Amino acid sequence: MTDISKEALSPPRSFLSQDAIQVFYRLLAALLICAVLAVLSDSFLSLGNILNVLRQASLTFFIASGLTLVVLTAGLDLSVGANVALSACIAGTVIHKTGSPALGILTGLACGGIVGLLNGIMVTALRIPSFIATYGMLWVLNGLTYWYMAGETLHGFPAGFRQIGSGYLFGLPIPVYLLLVFLGIGTLFAQRTIWGQEIYAIGANPVAARLSGIPVARRLLLVYAVSGTMAGLASIIFLSRLNSAEADIGESLTLPAIAAVLIGGTSLFGGVGTVFGTFIGALILTLVLNGMNLLSVSANWQPLVTGIIVILAVWLDMKTRRRAQ
Amino acid sequence: MREAAVVSQPNPLQRIPGVAIVLVLLIALFSAIAPGFLSVANLSNVLVQSTILTMLALPMTLIIMTEGLDLSMGAVLTLTSLCVAIVSLATKSMLLGLGAGLLVGAAFGFANGWLVAIVGIPPFVATLGTLGMAQGLSLIVSDGQSVVGIPHSVRDIYSATLLGVPVPIVMALVTYAAFHGLLYHTRFGTYIFALGGNREALRYAGLSPNRLLIAVYAIGGAMAGIAGLLMTARMNSGHPTAGLGLEFDAIAAVAVGGTSFERGNGWLLGTLLGVIAVGVLRNGLNLISMPSSVQVASVGVLVIVALFLDGLRSRA
Repeated sequence: MTDISKEALSPPRSFLSQDAIQVFYRLLAALLICAVLAVLSDSFLSLGNILNVLRQASLTFFIASGLTLVVLTAGLDLSVGANVALSACIAGTVIHKTGSPALGILTGLACGGIVGLLNGIMVTALRIPSFIATYGMLWVLNGLTYWYMAGETLHGFPAGFRQIGSGYLFGLPIPVYLLLVFLGIGTLFAQRTIWGQEIYAIGANPVAARLSGIPVARRLLLVYAVSGTMAGLASIIFLSRLNSAEADIGESLTLPAIAAVLIGGTSLFGGVGTVFGTFIGALILTLVLNGMNLLSVSANWQPLVTGIIVILAVWLDMKTRRRAQ
Repeated sequence: MREAAVVSQPNPLQRIPGVAIVLVLLIALFSAIAPGFLSVANLSNVLVQSTILTMLALPMTLIIMTEGLDLSMGAVLTLTSLCVAIVSLATKSMLLGLGAGLLVGAAFGFANGWLVAIVGIPPFVATLGTLGMAQGLSLIVSDGQSVVGIPHSVRDIYSATLLGVPVPIVMALVTYAAFHGLLYHTRFGTYIFALGGNREALRYAGLSPNRLLIAVYAIGGAMAGIAGLLMTARMNSGHPTAGLGLEFDAIAAVAVGGTSFERGNGWLLGTLLGVIAVGVLRNGLNLISMPSSVQVASVGVLVIVALFLDGLRSRA
């Protein structure tokens, strides 16, 4: 209780906080994995592979960064993967019909944002627990996407649009620049704005947050809408990278995104974690999956490993929390 | 939320309206718009197809009563269904197949219970992790392919009849009777009510809530093993996505059936009616040639509405 009121009222966190130390450990872990992979596989350190890892990690990060804010409020958004699929299919249709990538991007972002807003309404106004509300949303979106696509595949988009996901600028993939931009925005928003600090406070203790005058429902709406919009953004990157859209592209995205958030040190119980940690989490997960790929482990093993990582990450979080108490 | 008594006796009168109204409305709707819905053949088809879901929804009721959740049930069912297929194919024995499915299912259930009770991971994340693990193991043991050529002894379970009643229905009825007896007529059942309503009381009574919790999740896993046998028999093969999303239908049936997600109150008959409601919804939409995608979306809407109403009631 005491540290909660401190957290709710303290000025923005200083940089060398407990968070920074946690992030430092995770960076070390990522470097360790890199070292092991460099020894085990000759192709790991090739430029092509490293760029590939960064691009892959950025895709996971876009989904996971919005999710981080949700988890900071002690909520969960299980619908992000299905949201990516629906947004990608709708944005793809708009680009095909109008020939305008800008309109398609806007539609994708809007679709993701609206879904997120609906999640927020279910959690705040209807007071349905977030994990079950967004789980229901997952299946509603899945159904909608499959119905809308009716087994079709959208294929072939303008070359300019495809640059977003597969193009390079000064030798780096464009998604990596987007990653840096959103990493900056996310970190600034969470650590350096009142709204960001209020989100931490809501996660640490919703009752205390409400009593200290924070508009809890509005902040929660914002958080779910941001999570949805980031899923919309991820859908655009996917669309332009794969140059095609199918109903099933979202199925294997939710678990890795949750894994990235949890590996990154954001606590499921709310109030603890950083967007930068989530970036490291996305990097670690991508490195592990990339390493399995390089060591020619079948892709069938990926869900198993991701599931184990999710459980290990929560277990570690709980252990450190218990020790802190 | 916590003021529920140690033993909350089910109060059917209070709840029958909700789920019964949903069921009657759905049946009336589809009688009107879906040709052939009211035929005996179709209705018995609905019941037979609901049997697998019954076997998941009944243990899911107990799990949700403990303020828990098991998102891994569908994936575990997929894995046990593959185990049944592979073992019965190798040994030509249905019973050994069932044993393998039961063992694997119970092991996953035990792991879920251990993660929730002993490690203390919130149920929805613990079982999301084991969902990924079961999904991965299913892909690994099947190499992403269907397992075909399973013995007749397995396949016949789904099509055989006992005194004119299809065997799957007999199995579902026996399961229901067992769960009813367990929940309402044993001490263990009373403890399950207490797990959701008043866990402290269990501690004061000198009982270990953790062990009870593990038992509840293990029962869920074992039931997914038995349901896996039915699934393999029904599809006449093992398939690495056979149980995809089934846990959601089970959660829908429990939610529609009036079991509360926050108060440790459960009602098995409501769950049974909820299973039939989900079955009628899917079957009716199928008859008016709606694709399965629309069925999935409708079940999602059904859950959200049911939970919204549940929330209203809990505030009333």
